[in-house]
Amino acid sequence: MLKLIKSLSAAVLLSVVTLSGAQASGGGVDLKSVNWQHTGLFGTYDRAAAQRGLQVYQEVCAGCHGLNQVAFRTLQDLGFTEDEVKAIAKEYEFEGGPNDDGDMFDRAGKPFDKFPNPFANEKAARASNGGAFPPDLSLIVKARVGFEDYLYSLMTGYADTPEGFELTEGMSYNAYFPGHQIAMPAPISEEGVEYSDGTKATVDQMAKDVTVFLAWAAEPKLEQRKHMGLRVILFLLVMTGLFFAVKKKIWSDLH
Amino acid sequence: MSFEPKNPVVKWVDSRLPIIGMLHHALNDYPTPKNLSYWWTFGSLAGVMLVVQIVTGIVLSMHYTAHVDMAFDSVEHIMRDVNYGWLMRYMHANGASMFFVVVYLHIFRGLYYGSYKAPRELLWWLGLVIFLLMMATAFMGYVLPWGQMSFWGATVITNLFGAIPIVGESIVTWLWGGFSVDNPTLNRFFSLHYLLPFVIVGVVILHIWALHTVGSNNPTGIEIKDKQDSIPFHPYYTVKDLFGLGVFLIIFCAFLFYAPNYLGHPDNYIPANPLVTPAHIVPEWYFLPFYAILRAVPDKLGGVMLMFGAIAVLFALPWLDKSRVRSARYRPIYKQLFWIFLLDCIVLTYVGGKPAEEPFILIGRIATVYYFVHILILLPLVGLYEKHKPLPSSISEAVLDEKPSAKEAGNA
Repeated sequence: MLKLIKSLSAAVLLSVVTLSGAQASGGGVDLKSVNWQHTGLFGTYDRAAAQRGLQVYQEVCAGCHGLNQVAFRTLQDLGFTEDEVKAIAKEYEFEGGPNDDGDMFDRAGKPFDKFPNPFANEKAARASNGGAFPPDLSLIVKARVGFEDYLYSLMTGYADTPEGFELTEGMSYNAYFPGHQIAMPAPISEEGVEYSDGTKATVDQMAKDVTVFLAWAAEPKLEQRKHMGLRVILFLLVMTGLFFAVKKKIWSDLH
Repeated sequence: MSFEPKNPVVKWVDSRLPIIGMLHHALNDYPTPKNLSYWWTFGSLAGVMLVVQIVTGIVLSMHYTAHVDMAFDSVEHIMRDVNYGWLMRYMHANGASMFFVVVYLHIFRGLYYGSYKAPRELLWWLGLVIFLLMMATAFMGYVLPWGQMSFWGATVITNLFGAIPIVGESIVTWLWGGFSVDNPTLNRFFSLHYLLPFVIVGVVILHIWALHTVGSNNPTGIEIKDKQDSIPFHPYYTVKDLFGLGVFLIIFCAFLFYAPNYLGHPDNYIPANPLVTPAHIVPEWYFLPFYAILRAVPDKLGGVMLMFGAIAVLFALPWLDKSRVRSARYRPIYKQLFWIFLLDCIVLTYVGGKPAEEPFILIGRIATVYYFVHILILLPLVGLYEKHKPLPSSISEAVLDEKPSAKEAGNA
């Protein structure tokens, strides 16, 4: 038994090393590492940061980037009240209809709507962005190697082009983007938004806030998951202990 | 031991269809070697995982839409809107990985203790058939979310069939149901992904049938000789397997609840785009050793043949291994070769996940060559020349011999 546990744990360790080696093909740049409140075993989303992050998304990112998997109603998870959610949804306009005459009409957004795309289609998005296509941000945190740290590093990674680096016209230098040339100009600037809660809107603060918001957007069930996981694993520990005791008891007449 | 039910209903049924008696023999009084270690738990764990995959899969398919324009969003719908949909999906995705973990351990246990040798050749074959079906099922399942890795993985793997001379191109078109990986491909993959698990269930039944005909192997590799050597499956192994299941579920749940995306690839959260190729197309971890073998050969057809050959040679194992002794416990040289072979497979897994560049190409080639050298050359030779350690005369004797040494180990 002890031998089995030893060899199993050795195998697990080895495979973790193998796999993390196998998948760490990010490009060799060390990302800035932030201690996010929602990572870790009991981590929960920083509600205040996420709410500020929503503001950054709405005022800065939403001009080019969609968030088309996220419904307004789910913003209640971040601590907004039902009325606040209704008010946020109302800021957006959607096409409704057809009405009884068969005509389409514009209507205000409702909590069940999802964040609308800023462009009608990919071609329109590319036409407005010098040929580049700003990706939808619903899953961006889960869709990039490095996750939250990558997004935060990217947003704070704009710098002057180093000497000898040939930057294509219309591109920006970014220390963390693969290839270091990114079509998106530095998205956030000092005091780019005015936070309603009085937090000072530094580039660093805004990058952190919007990262928390987008982490939530990508994995809205994180808290529910960890909460359930704790209970399930505690239960399993007790159950497995009981099985072990029963096993000992049943096998004792053999030895 | 004959089954004589007392309950009149059971009696009535069993005299017409002896299914309860059959289950009784299979799960209750199946005479099992008394010395099975925890390495023998992985078979039943694989069975549990098959059930988990089928149950979660059926629920997922109630909410999933197999269409190129909707598949990705329908998976996100499951993750966000369906009650406990995230749980079902993470259980299914991580469950696939866990299924392979368990099956790989099960296979390597068979290799270590010579469980493939006569009279268990068909049992071994049926296991390999299950393994092949699992690989096909897992591959097609990975395509269903229609992310970037889904799409490009499907493209790379289906294109392999294009390497077949003359008919290759037609076969690929036939597999795709068109001229590229597209909606017809997704639809048929969904259909087959739903079908194959039930085929696996069928082969599992045959696998267990064959097992119960020839009996379980055991750490000594010698057969049950008299009553002293065996114990009924229930309650001894049911409770031992339940304990094993508990430990396994804790590991499974650690991934499921705390690192559900660890074994996945971030690119699969990007919707499939036929116009953008990911920088590195990597399959799921459980395919990496075979992917490494595929890429070890500069020629496409050669690579494909070698990759399928890597599994095909396993079918010949019962005849390649000439040793009459089963368990590596009594085979000092084979024992060392086994660990080197295991290490070789881990190296292949590692290389399979790396980009195709030096030094990984060279390492991959050496590891690939060694894989085949081990099976095709070393195994037959060792079987002929190895001097095995003295075998115990029976399982009970081996168990009794072990006792004092176990105590010593405990004191040390």
